[in-house]
Amino acid sequence: MARQAQPESHMQAEAHVHHPNYIKVWAILVALLMVSVLGSFSHIRPVVLFAAFGVAVIKAALVAKNFMHVTVEKGWVPYLLIVCLLFVVILFAGVAPDVMKHSGEHWNKPLANQPAQGAAAAKHE
Amino acid sequence: MSASAKPISNTRSGTGIPTARLITWWVIASEIVIFGGLLASYVMHRIGHPEWAEAASHTNFWAGAFNTLVLLTSSLCAVTAHKAADAHEGARAAKLLRITALGGLVFLCVKAFEWSSDIREGYVISSGGFWSFYYTLAGLHGLHVLAGMIIMLIVAADAAKNRELQRVECIGLYWHFVDIVWIFLFPLLYIAR
Repeated sequence: MARQAQPESHMQAEAHVHHPNYIKVWAILVALLMVSVLGSFSHIRPVVLFAAFGVAVIKAALVAKNFMHVTVEKGWVPYLLIVCLLFVVILFAGVAPDVMKHSGEHWNKPLANQPAQGAAAAKHE
Repeated sequence: MSASAKPISNTRSGTGIPTARLITWWVIASEIVIFGGLLASYVMHRIGHPEWAEAASHTNFWAGAFNTLVLLTSSLCAVTAHKAADAHEGARAAKLLRITALGGLVFLCVKAFEWSSDIREGYVISSGGFWSFYYTLAGLHGLHVLAGMIIMLIVAADAAKNRELQRVECIGLYWHFVDIVWIFLFPLLYIAR
């Protein structure tokens, strides 16, 4: 059954979210930033990758959940965002093989390994 | 202006979500595709060109880290403004929104310092694939920060008079999204070397 349209002024009269302790969330985010900074000095590649991208995903999830309140938004909003993310994944999956590889069976990209002219000029200067 | 004087598109919602917030979510959804597409393109090119690591080593890591701290803190101010707006404390919400905009200004000043330093060293947008992505990604993000600041100051002017307080949450949502984009730009442009 379709949801009946409601006057917006009524919906705005009351807060639709419970406000958590934002200072605590911010402190966790800053701590995670410090983990990223410290981890980036590591010489162990998996540690650097986790410090860079693993921590970024955690930080983004914390912001989305606690600051944007995505989890308490109407059900289809998270789906809308997920569908848009899927478009990005489809783009990546469709194009990445051609971009990331410079040669294959019966084909190659001879220009791929040549530096751009601008870079060469900057280096020359 | 009373609610009844507004167009029906602004005063009713068939989705259960106030129209302004609904539009904000759609904007964010479209921004996900814009930034996501750019980031995905950068990632696949970066994997295909390991030599870009050398160019990435010239970016100012500490400026990037400081800007991350600035944006995280400004997001805290934005969400606290939303909390104040929910409590119908318009003046407090306006003050917090202005502090958030100030955070955006600090972010842009650091970015200007960083870019002028890069350009002085000869690293411009045409200096290679990495620098093309660097200036495009950071530049587009910077434009979003600037747009957010302008809208935030307009919303703050109304909020100070206890008007249109629902907009405080909407501009906050946008600002948090801009923050999330930077959360991914920081490791991609400054840490992955």
